[in-house]
Amino acid sequence: MTSNGKNVKFWQGNIACAEGAIAAGCRFFAGYPITPSSEIAERMSLRLPQVGGIFIQMEDEIASINALIGASWAGAKAMTATSGPGFSLMQEGIGYAFMTETPCVIVVVQRVGPATGQASKSAQGNFMQVRWGTHGDYAAIVLAPNSAQEMFDLTIRAFNLAEEYRTPVVVLADELSAHIVEPVEIPEKINVVNRRKPKDLSEPFFGSKDPRGVPPMPEVGEGFNVLVTGSTHNEWGYRYTSDPEVHRKLVTRLYWKIEGNAHKIADYEATDIDGAKIGIVSFGCTSRSAYEAVERAKKDGLKIAHVRLKTLWPFPDWIIEELAEQVDAIIVPELSLGQFVREVERAVHGKCKVISITKIGGGEMITPNEILAVARRL
Amino acid sequence: MEHFAIKYLRKECLPTPFCPGCGIGIIMNCFFKAVEELGYEDLRHFVFCSGIGCSAWIPSPHFKADSIHSLHGRSIPVAIGVKLVKPHLKVVVFGGDGDLAGIGLNHLIHAARRNIEITVIMVNNMIYGMTGGQVAPTTPRGVKTTTTPYGSIETPIDAARIVKEAGAVYVARWTTYHVIPLKNSIKKALNKNGFSFIEVVSQCPTAYGRRAGFKSPVEMLKWFRDNSIHTEKAKNMSEEELEGKIVIGEFVDREAKGLSEKMHELIRKIQEVKA
Repeated sequence: MTSNGKNVKFWQGNIACAEGAIAAGCRFFAGYPITPSSEIAERMSLRLPQVGGIFIQMEDEIASINALIGASWAGAKAMTATSGPGFSLMQEGIGYAFMTETPCVIVVVQRVGPATGQASKSAQGNFMQVRWGTHGDYAAIVLAPNSAQEMFDLTIRAFNLAEEYRTPVVVLADELSAHIVEPVEIPEKINVVNRRKPKDLSEPFFGSKDPRGVPPMPEVGEGFNVLVTGSTHNEWGYRYTSDPEVHRKLVTRLYWKIEGNAHKIADYEATDIDGAKIGIVSFGCTSRSAYEAVERAKKDGLKIAHVRLKTLWPFPDWIIEELAEQVDAIIVPELSLGQFVREVERAVHGKCKVISITKIGGGEMITPNEILAVARRL
Repeated sequence: MEHFAIKYLRKECLPTPFCPGCGIGIIMNCFFKAVEELGYEDLRHFVFCSGIGCSAWIPSPHFKADSIHSLHGRSIPVAIGVKLVKPHLKVVVFGGDGDLAGIGLNHLIHAARRNIEITVIMVNNMIYGMTGGQVAPTTPRGVKTTTTPYGSIETPIDAARIVKEAGAVYVARWTTYHVIPLKNSIKKALNKNGFSFIEVVSQCPTAYGRRAGFKSPVEMLKWFRDNSIHTEKAKNMSEEELEGKIVIGEFVDREAKGLSEKMHELIRKIQEVKA
């Protein structure tokens, strides 16, 4: 507690993430140790039993994601935390969670890849994987924290979105936001959303009249005789593995219940927009350099607009488009070889110049001066 | 008169899609006999988890109960998630040998090690049936399958023995010929407070039998009868003598506290300390 009455903790990002999960009502964690996410599992193993929750370290990440699915259908808010290699192993299970509309939260603390790569170094190379990692058509919700505070706040939001939309939600962190130790303010009141549950059989569990609708979710053991399957199923869960209409109806709804609510889901921070002719679009650890670059430019009399995305997917095209209509050029710094800029370019749609700054390996950040140098050349 | 098992089934899902002569019908019958003899009027206290393959379709969608038809090989971790959150429910896994002893073997071993209070019924038809008869980890040596056109040169896995060694409290193996002991074993397994595992060697006339030289499902059942050796007798036999035989009976029957009981005890203790 600080002198102004605020409840402030001095936490590592991963600890803040675990505490955010518990504050959001998470009562089940299954995971497998992997750098740089392991502190989340360690904290959960300590804290969950204290609040009546269950922690289990599974034999691998495949078992972890599938245990989440079982726990979620038993009514628990469930989470796992991992990094690139573990996240790759989880993909089939994540697809199952999309298909069966199973709420759960997956924290991905990015490290340098592919494969084992560089375990304890920051990277942003999972940007596309979090959207397209599993096979088939679906839409994903992905949040991107850039501080210990946001590891807390966005983990809570991830649970709320998972419950509201009955879908897996990814918190895409990176080694920096996971291991940085910073003050984290715990708000007095935390908004917690719980899944809508059926009262009777008047509404199906896997369908909705609304093409963007989210059906109510029963628990096993409540007498609903619920049929959960990852195969194409009708609105009551019965397998229909060759009917094109049943598949189209199900999967287009799974897609539009997310994409159709993109404006409600989108969260971003826009600073110094008015009058700027140069823009930066960033997320995660790289945004910290971008903020500094904007400040240094300001001192030189150079105005730079900065849009920092806190939700990466659904990708907020309209926010990027608005910026592109105002500025002459957008700079896109990222710790990958052009995954993020590809999406920004698509949204800009030729309305302004897009300049990519990429860097990979060793956890080396793109520095404020590197961003400034590009801005000054414009 | 209606068949005794109809009350446990979704009538709208009958008849089942299984091939004529398949062993699954016999296993379903034994399971329901066990459930009825234990006094369950319906399946409201059960949750069924299954993976991918013909046997995964036993509960889903046929059983009038909650069922989670999960990914190939992953029914056990799903079942663990359910059991830990709702320990009062009876969680039963149905799956094939490919599902549980092939792609999912890791989970089977760890579930036995943890002694999680679930029952796993593995239908061992010695083949990948649904995909068209490819070699399985259980296929006997020399058998020709669609991916062993020259005969299998690998040694088949002994799932029951592995699960016993891993720490299960109850393990039994029967065949679809041995319906009464199978039913009795299912009853025992369902009442265990730990990890219980039943392997049922079953006939797949479509994908296994016709390639292995059996002219009919009945011939396969007779082969099960004539080639089964009880655990008691097998004890005194050499590996060579047991080659090609099916060892049946109970492999272990003991008591040990299960994981979910231990975990909830721990949670209560920690919460008391905190209070």
